[in-house]
Amino acid sequence: MSQAKTFQPETLALHAGQSPDASFGARAAPIYFTTSYVFPDCDHAAELFNLERPGHVYSRISNPTNAVLEERIAALEDGVGAIAVASGQAALHLAICTLMGAGGHIVASRALYGGSHNLLSYTLPRFGITTTFVDPCDADAWRTAVRPETRLFFGESLGNPGLDVLDIPTVAAIAHAQRVPLLVDATLVTPCLQRPLALGADLVLHSATKFLGGHGVAVGGLLVDGGRFDWDASGLFPTLTEPYDGFHGMDFAEESPITAFALRARREGLRDFGACLSPMNAFQILQGMETLPLRMRTHVANAQAVAEHLAAHPMVERVAYPGLATHPGHALAARLLPAGAGAVLSFDLKGARAAGRAFIEALRVFSHLANVGDAKSLVIHPASTTHFRMSAQDLASAGIGEGTVRLSVGLEHAGDLIDDLNRGLHAAGRIVEKG
Amino acid sequence: MKLTVADHPVFIYTGARPLERTRPAVVLVHGAGNDHSVWNHQARHLAHHGFAVIAPDLPGHGRSGGAPLPSIEALAQWLVALLDGLELERAALVGHSMGSLVALHAAAERPERVTRLVLVGSVAPMPVAEPLLDAARNAPDAARAMIDQWSFTPKSQLGASASPGLYLPNVNRQLMARQPGGVLANDLAACNAYVRGLEAAARVRCPTALLCAARDQMTPRHAVQPLCEALASAPGGARLIGIAAAGHAMMAEAPDAVTDSLRGFLSEKQ
Repeated sequence: MSQAKTFQPETLALHAGQSPDASFGARAAPIYFTTSYVFPDCDHAAELFNLERPGHVYSRISNPTNAVLEERIAALEDGVGAIAVASGQAALHLAICTLMGAGGHIVASRALYGGSHNLLSYTLPRFGITTTFVDPCDADAWRTAVRPETRLFFGESLGNPGLDVLDIPTVAAIAHAQRVPLLVDATLVTPCLQRPLALGADLVLHSATKFLGGHGVAVGGLLVDGGRFDWDASGLFPTLTEPYDGFHGMDFAEESPITAFALRARREGLRDFGACLSPMNAFQILQGMETLPLRMRTHVANAQAVAEHLAAHPMVERVAYPGLATHPGHALAARLLPAGAGAVLSFDLKGARAAGRAFIEALRVFSHLANVGDAKSLVIHPASTTHFRMSAQDLASAGIGEGTVRLSVGLEHAGDLIDDLNRGLHAAGRIVEKG
Repeated sequence: MKLTVADHPVFIYTGARPLERTRPAVVLVHGAGNDHSVWNHQARHLAHHGFAVIAPDLPGHGRSGGAPLPSIEALAQWLVALLDGLELERAALVGHSMGSLVALHAAAERPERVTRLVLVGSVAPMPVAEPLLDAARNAPDAARAMIDQWSFTPKSQLGASASPGLYLPNVNRQLMARQPGGVLANDLAACNAYVRGLEAAARVRCPTALLCAARDQMTPRHAVQPLCEALASAPGGARLIGIAAAGHAMMAEAPDAVTDSLRGFLSEKQ
């Protein structure tokens, strides 16, 4: 009994959350396509509803297939539990609504996925929840944005699309000094490249649609409870530390000091907001996660090769990829993302919008679409698609120019990807030559 | 609910029901580095099926104040003071791991106060390996990881928990991490130092059951026999109740089996 042996990510990615099905011994996680579950008797039904016994009642609240996915991501992230939801956006909404109501305030990185920016900037203010956006690399900006009503810090491990590296230990320390938790969107890194909870974050979310699934066939989201934040000691979260009339008068932190957040998110958030995940999607995401560690290694190697190639190309103004020494977050990435800085990068083409258009339309291997994290390589022009609602000023502050192109580097052969990019760069160059 | 015992505030989880002192009382005593929440399912069930449930956070643990008490004897004395504070003349005592030794010693010292005794994951004596004691003092992260590994079955190490969406080994590890510094080391040292278990068992006079998990590596079933034999003076001897497919953390791993075993034994007519 000298050293505990724990499972490595490769093993957890295949096994965590599932043991062979008790009825038939099925090795794969069965898809439980059922809305509801038969109660053995009336007493048992009442005991399930009263949480005297664990189990499933209705698939909006929990489902055995989804539970495998939830435990798998919780194990990989070193969390105490997780909630599977309909999308990454549903995960962000669930996190916020579990922690605060009208009057609440969030301090968020300004380098966010466009959908998250929409929710925080335009939609939640309608419900009385406001956000102050800050430069994720400016510790003082995080500190000075805090208000008495601040209840959450939020950032992305790698800011989309500028690839700002979030200094999680520093931002977490600032959040904790204010008695609020840090939520990290780790979609672009996955637990194979970074485990935000181990760096000081309190909650983690994923758009499982991206690298976790990897195949691009299923939309889904995951919200992980780290179990580390002491809601009682903070005193700022009545949703977790005061009796809730809507659920047996439960004081969630009294019921479970460690899983209070996950408990309320499931018992209120899934019940009332209803953004549950289909078990089919959960199954498909699980299939992808089985190979996540293998895939991420190739994603990162290909992204590094592509970034280095682009950086040396005369048609490229600038490449944003933390794996390059020229990126301002390179040293931080070496510390916080030692296994690689992900597989999403952006670059600025020489020439204006027309050059960007020619580049994208000349590509044959990269697919032009609004997604990242597919096994196949993807390309998009953020200013006209994912971030089109942002003003020019907001775009500039998020590090996005009119000629910025975002790549999600897939698992094809790196040589084929570079050939394809050269084809696009050549087309863009001809536009520039024509003036 | 909150109460003051020995000049310090004590938090008591009552299973999501107000405490009704007219009902048969059951005290659920948690183990080393834990708090009341290890009993969630069992406490809620018993409280909603006729019992007055008292699941305290021991001194220095969870929401209770004061310093952690340094010995099983002191904890047993505190447990009796808790009954006094609640104005409960008699109660059934249920303890897990370290808590089982506390319940055992209290039942031996104050037999007139104890109606029934249930020892969950218990052996006596309860020696703690020196590497674990050392890690608890000097490398608590490593100690918590060791306890996790030895408390859950190999199946649970990979998840598939009874509670949807929870990864139980990490819940246990974070619960231990949440306790103030030194609590785990104090508790493990108290278990290790308590050598009066078999002598105490011989003085137990109330109906007694031992819940033994089939895959318990912390207090393995083969080591339970001396304690079982020492409890010979309990009416009918000690009842050995097996909990299949679970390890030391059986309340979390096999919640229904533990709940049903407790309710069954505690509901028997004397």
